Amino acid sequence: MSETATDLRFSLARQEGWNRPPVVEPDGEGELLELAMGPHHPSTHGVFRMDVVLDGERVIKLKPVFGYLHRNHEKIAEKTSYLASMPYTDRLDYFCSLTNNWAYALAVEKLSGQEVPERAEYLRVILAELTRVQNHASSIGFLLQEMGASGTPLMYAFREREKVLDLFEGLTGSRMMCNYMRFGGCRVDASAAWLEQARKVVTELPVFVDEFEQFLRSNEILMARSQGMGVLRPELAINAGVTGPMLRASGVNYDIRKVDHYGIYDRFKFRVPLGDHWDIYDRYMVRMLEMRESIGILEQALKEIPGGPVMDPKAKIRGFRPKAGEAYGRIEAPKGELGFYLISDGSPNPYRYRVRPPSLINLTVLEDMCLGHNVADVVLIFGSVDIVLGEVDR
Amino acid sequence: MTEKADQLFVLLKDWLVSFLPGNWQGVAGVILGVIGIAAIYPTLFALAVLMERKGLGRMQNRIGPNRVGPFGVLQPIADAIKSLTKEDVVPVNADKTVHFLAPVVLVVVAFMGFAVLPAGRNMVLVDMDASLLFYFAMGASTEVSIFMAGWSSRNKYSLLGAMRAVAQMISYEVPLLLSSVVIVMMTGSLSLVKIVEVQHHYTWGFPHWYILTPWGLAAFVMYAIAATAETNRSPFDLPEGESELVAGYFTEYSGFKFALFFLGEYLGMLSISGLGTTLFLGGWSAPFSFLEWVPSWIWFFSKVMLSITVLIWVRGTLPRLRQDQLMNFAWKFVLPMTLLNLGVAALWRFMGEGWLRWIVCSAILIVVYVVAGRTEMRRKHFGPRSYRYAE
Amino acid sequence: MLGEGILKGLAETAKNFAGSFVSEDRLTTVEYPEQRIPTAEAARVFPFLVYDGTDWEKGLRCVACQICEKECPPKCIYIEKSKDKKPDYVGKMQIYPARFDIDVSVCMSCQICVEVCPFEAIKMDTEFELSTSDRFGGLLFDREQLAKSNEHYHKIHPTEASEVDARLAEEKAKVEAKAKAAAAAAAAKAAAPAASVTAPVKSESTPAAGAPKAAEAAAAKPMAQTTTAAKAADAALNAPAAPSGKPAPASTEPPKTAAPDAGSKTSGE
Repeated sequence: MSETATDLRFSLARQEGWNRPPVVEPDGEGELLELAMGPHHPSTHGVFRMDVVLDGERVIKLKPVFGYLHRNHEKIAEKTSYLASMPYTDRLDYFCSLTNNWAYALAVEKLSGQEVPERAEYLRVILAELTRVQNHASSIGFLLQEMGASGTPLMYAFREREKVLDLFEGLTGSRMMCNYMRFGGCRVDASAAWLEQARKVVTELPVFVDEFEQFLRSNEILMARSQGMGVLRPELAINAGVTGPMLRASGVNYDIRKVDHYGIYDRFKFRVPLGDHWDIYDRYMVRMLEMRESIGILEQALKEIPGGPVMDPKAKIRGFRPKAGEAYGRIEAPKGELGFYLISDGSPNPYRYRVRPPSLINLTVLEDMCLGHNVADVVLIFGSVDIVLGEVDR
Repeated sequence: MTEKADQLFVLLKDWLVSFLPGNWQGVAGVILGVIGIAAIYPTLFALAVLMERKGLGRMQNRIGPNRVGPFGVLQPIADAIKSLTKEDVVPVNADKTVHFLAPVVLVVVAFMGFAVLPAGRNMVLVDMDASLLFYFAMGASTEVSIFMAGWSSRNKYSLLGAMRAVAQMISYEVPLLLSSVVIVMMTGSLSLVKIVEVQHHYTWGFPHWYILTPWGLAAFVMYAIAATAETNRSPFDLPEGESELVAGYFTEYSGFKFALFFLGEYLGMLSISGLGTTLFLGGWSAPFSFLEWVPSWIWFFSKVMLSITVLIWVRGTLPRLRQDQLMNFAWKFVLPMTLLNLGVAALWRFMGEGWLRWIVCSAILIVVYVVAGRTEMRRKHFGPRSYRYAE
Repeated sequence: MLGEGILKGLAETAKNFAGSFVSEDRLTTVEYPEQRIPTAEAARVFPFLVYDGTDWEKGLRCVACQICEKECPPKCIYIEKSKDKKPDYVGKMQIYPARFDIDVSVCMSCQICVEVCPFEAIKMDTEFELSTSDRFGGLLFDREQLAKSNEHYHKIHPTEASEVDARLAEEKAKVEAKAKAAAAAAAAKAAAPAASVTAPVKSESTPAAGAPKAAEAAAAKPMAQTTTAAKAADAALNAPAAPSGKPAPASTEPPKTAAPDAGSKTSGE
């Protein structure tokens, strides 16, 4: 049985020298060049700025500056009701709106002690795994786009993403801002026609993943540019609070679906891929392998989905007042651990609403990963963290 | 009839020149040739741009431009009009003269290279004894203009891009030359016209193109790699890497000057493809003896456009190599292989006619390539990996 | 072998290139605006107000309860209640919105207004080509722009609209059954004292006398036959609940019901 993350943390914390980032000295000759990459930049995944100090081509210092997309999500949530915050959660990580919805619904259900019917749980799992597949496909496509493959793998990834988005539109009414989960279940039921279409899409997905993998897995240029770059040691990853595929690519076995057993993930057989070299290539491959596992979960869920209601019959849509208390609900979002911390004081609005954004927490180790590398690699390392600015800035 | 079609342009030129008195005819002939080059190659440039956009589009599961003209054939004209009507922005601190001259130098030098390419039978503008040397001299001069562009813009990004571009181009000059030197060695002459004539013989219907020999094929592959790097095309287009430094050395250019840079880059592509065709693919000679009735200039331009197609194909597929990896590759892998290739070509000549030399030479090249490739990957710990799953 | 992966990648790209000419899966472009993908049935873009029948003002289902205004997350709905009332689809007098503005540039298409509306009055439209160059009000839709007929709703969301219609019909049937039961009970009560009340009943000031009034009018007849009373109640109900929705002038209503009643009284004996 492998160690859990907690054991690893405590045993390695006492080792020497893990908590100091590597110091890179300038060569001594010439001036240092200070560049600001962004916020207008084709590959910063949104409005994001990195102030880098360069010695020739090597990075001496890197300071990320964000906040360009801050939209006061947490403050707005304090002024609106619980239900009305749900569409705002769509817009946090705008690539994966359904997992955002689920995390928030989970937090509120913990707060108010509601039960979710079985069919709704299955639907939640199906939609979350579909979200994971399309998110990983796009993130790999973006990584390759930044490597300079002039958009071809990105177009292939987006071709598949379109199919998944059409599924979302058929069920929830909107391609990206789905607003589908409710406290106590899901908003509408999925028709048999939709489930058939979902099965068809899921049957076609492995073909695409195979092609995609073949296209770039054995490509020497890809390997030369991503193997050995942006190494993130597991001790640093654990102590910085990094979660998600980045953590698993650093070899730490921590997948919240297996740790928390939320939803009905216990009923599905899936494996958690781990990386051994902790570099960009490992992160890219871990996401690819996770896509395959997600497809496995989808096949199982679509086969076993039962009938029944999709909403807790006792749930109130309007006038929802959970009793006073606090709750932290977290899920394994495609980017990492997405958590919602809610404090309720019995009124229709939450007293405090806090989002734990995985992209922001994963970004804290950006400097450690980039020191000593070239400028060209900074872009790649940054792409491998896989952030979305909507989540970083909220 | 085929003879006439083949010599169409030559006859046209002779007819036009016959209107002038005797001692003006030589000069007039040359001027007409220059006009011909200045007309044909920019048209090919427009065709190449269109092919690139539509070809890349199809590879990416989308249609390329199709709004301007049927199937988008008027798109290059639309692009030209757009770049002509844009405002020409020159930074305040820029060195104005150098900033102005950089694209001009690039285009002029790129055109000079066309003067020595034999586009068909008897269709070369200048027939020098050392035309290959002249060509390489002109090709190397393009680096000057790139450096001028980066330096005069007074911009950190441009400077970085220009430095990288010049370093890259200088590193790849050597493999480029060395792979062409093999051809010179086997032909015995630096004149491009002679090189094509030597390839214009047929044995059992197959031509004597240099690419159909083991050392020629190896030299062609290395020439292709070096040519891609010389013209800053993907996978060697880090200097103009969009996702890293916006546009590299031509960040500060807009309007017509940017169009001239673009033109210069594509002309460079066309001319280096033309040289590759001349050296390895037999220039204007037909692939099989029974296809000789097609005019020679059609063969030449088709082969050039085929090379452009391959360049576009490679661009759409491969990601970019990083600067130091690029240069490592040039100096530590391609260069030794070209030197080995010289040796193999000499061995070929030494062994005399027969099937034995084919086997020996191919074996040497393949074995060395595979072994070197493996060592390279293993030294840098590259390679496909397998992944474990948590229990 | 070095270079093998590159060749495989080139083969893949060539396959896509060739495939884009033959199969549709490899050429996924839809040339908008000449070709359009039909939107899914469940698609939601911006809200609209449903009205029954052909007159949008009379048939508007919205009763200005302001629940959607309160629940809307970005607060893009603005409602002003009317001072008078009009009958709704079951005949009950309800207030209606004198002003119902939705700022479509603020609306985030979350569909919460649709979910919380108890009267099935606001639904989501699928029209998205709404761009306008008028900065100062081009995207502020008022009551008239928002009101679209029930047929339009059927066209864009057929299954949903059928469900809604079924539910509303069920509601109406329940109300009718309740009125019928009330009329029967009142008739039974009125028949006992056998009051000699004359046929024409004083007309009410409000138009479209609802079911209870007609039931009372019918019950006031010296006839104790439940069938005629039921028929009268039906007739009284049918008049205001007709799709045309135009209420007859109040004064003529009770005599209208009284006249056929008188006829049926004689014939149905």
